[in-house]
Amino acid sequence: MSRIRVELPAPLLRHAKITSGHEIALEIEAPVTLRRVLDALEEAYPTLRGCVRDQNTNERRAFIRFFACNEDLSHESVDAPLPEEIVNGREPLIILGAIAGG
Amino acid sequence: MSSVRVLAGTRKGAFILTSDGQRKDWKVSGPHFTGWEIYHLKGSPADPNRIYASQCSGWFGQQVQRSDDGGETWNPVSAQFTYDGVPGTHQWYDGTPHPWEFKRVWHLEPSLTEPDTVYAGAEDAALFKSTDGGQNWTELSGLRTNATAPGWQPGAGGMCLHTIILDPTNSERIVIAISAAGAFRTDDGGKSWKPINKGLNSKFLPDPTAEVGHCVHHIAMNQKTPKTLFMQKHWDVMRSDDAGDNWTEVSGNLPTDFGFVIDVHTHEPETVYVVPIKSDSEHFPLDGKLQVFRSKSGGNEWEPLTKGLPQQDCYVNVLRDAMSVDALQDSKGDCGIYFGTTGGQIYCSPDAGNSWNAITEHLPPVLSIEVQTLA
Repeated sequence: MSRIRVELPAPLLRHAKITSGHEIALEIEAPVTLRRVLDALEEAYPTLRGCVRDQNTNERRAFIRFFACNEDLSHESVDAPLPEEIVNGREPLIILGAIAGG
Repeated sequence: MSSVRVLAGTRKGAFILTSDGQRKDWKVSGPHFTGWEIYHLKGSPADPNRIYASQCSGWFGQQVQRSDDGGETWNPVSAQFTYDGVPGTHQWYDGTPHPWEFKRVWHLEPSLTEPDTVYAGAEDAALFKSTDGGQNWTELSGLRTNATAPGWQPGAGGMCLHTIILDPTNSERIVIAISAAGAFRTDDGGKSWKPINKGLNSKFLPDPTAEVGHCVHHIAMNQKTPKTLFMQKHWDVMRSDDAGDNWTEVSGNLPTDFGFVIDVHTHEPETVYVVPIKSDSEHFPLDGKLQVFRSKSGGNEWEPLTKGLPQQDCYVNVLRDAMSVDALQDSKGDCGIYFGTTGGQIYCSPDAGNSWNAITEHLPPVLSIEVQTLA
């Protein structure tokens, strides 16, 4: 079981009533993939269902991005293993809203 | 003493404005759901403390919030809106088939009698219903599978179901409106629907009197006269006296009959309000003067109401769900009228439109206004 750090955008922190900072931690079983992290995120915070992934298609919402270790993973397979620095908790997985109007 | 609670949805959050029956001094609370678009909030007529809110964002999608204490605290409920079966296609702007895709909820209409029952009008056009306070939503798919649906097209704001009217005398009857498909009615609780657009004339259609394709902006009804409906169409103000089966134009002497909002006086079913907007390409009042027009004769004869409203350099819009009426009644029989603008002003007239006061003037663009009259 790995303890994964996940950084969330401010609107989602407010929406989920997370007041402990801009990061949360999720316990994920190996292999640690984006799909497993997102499943665990929505399990821990049901109110975030639909905010990161479309509830009907389970696809990433168009203006959501996934960054890790200075790489954009948004277009990678959600079943690909995440980088070791994410798995061992040295780096956070960053979920953010793309810069698009506002 | 009676009081009022104004529920304002804006581009960047919700605001709740409260006052006593005098409607002079206001308390403004908010923003709630900061940064999110709040297309609509509405309270249950059966339990005023129960309020539903449609919260959405281009980044984070659709959410629905529910308050059980009059807007003091909120909790998200389900926002899973899944079309029933294979959704099929409607027409895209260029006339090609386009798959039905859920985008957002434009309007929430709580049941007149059951606080846990609420309807949601969606883009792409569909009507959903919850009977458990928003925990689960089921599409009333007889509307979207109407034989005319493959020919529906979006209006400029999207193919939105924006108006839901429940008949207080017939729980099986619902009237809805879609831009730019038109108005539809069910008489069997949502199982089957028929277009009710006879009498509408839209010059932007190849057949101006087609069965569907009309850009209906809003419809209003007085609870005392549910068969009489008033409509602000893209152009033209219309009325029906047979629950939408037939419509006649009542634009009369309006300086322009383009607009978005329309509403009816609570105690006088033939007193109607619109806010004329210059045109579909110039979404602001004529000559920079913000004027509400009132007809006391059910249309055709209209009078401008300007006292307290800006009469120069005003270039705001008043969107389709941004007008409402309260149920208070003074010694003259007047009720209160309210509207919000894209410039962030919310106006109240405690005397049925004769004079207006700005409750607040610097909110984000106002998308919707609903008023609750509290005992």
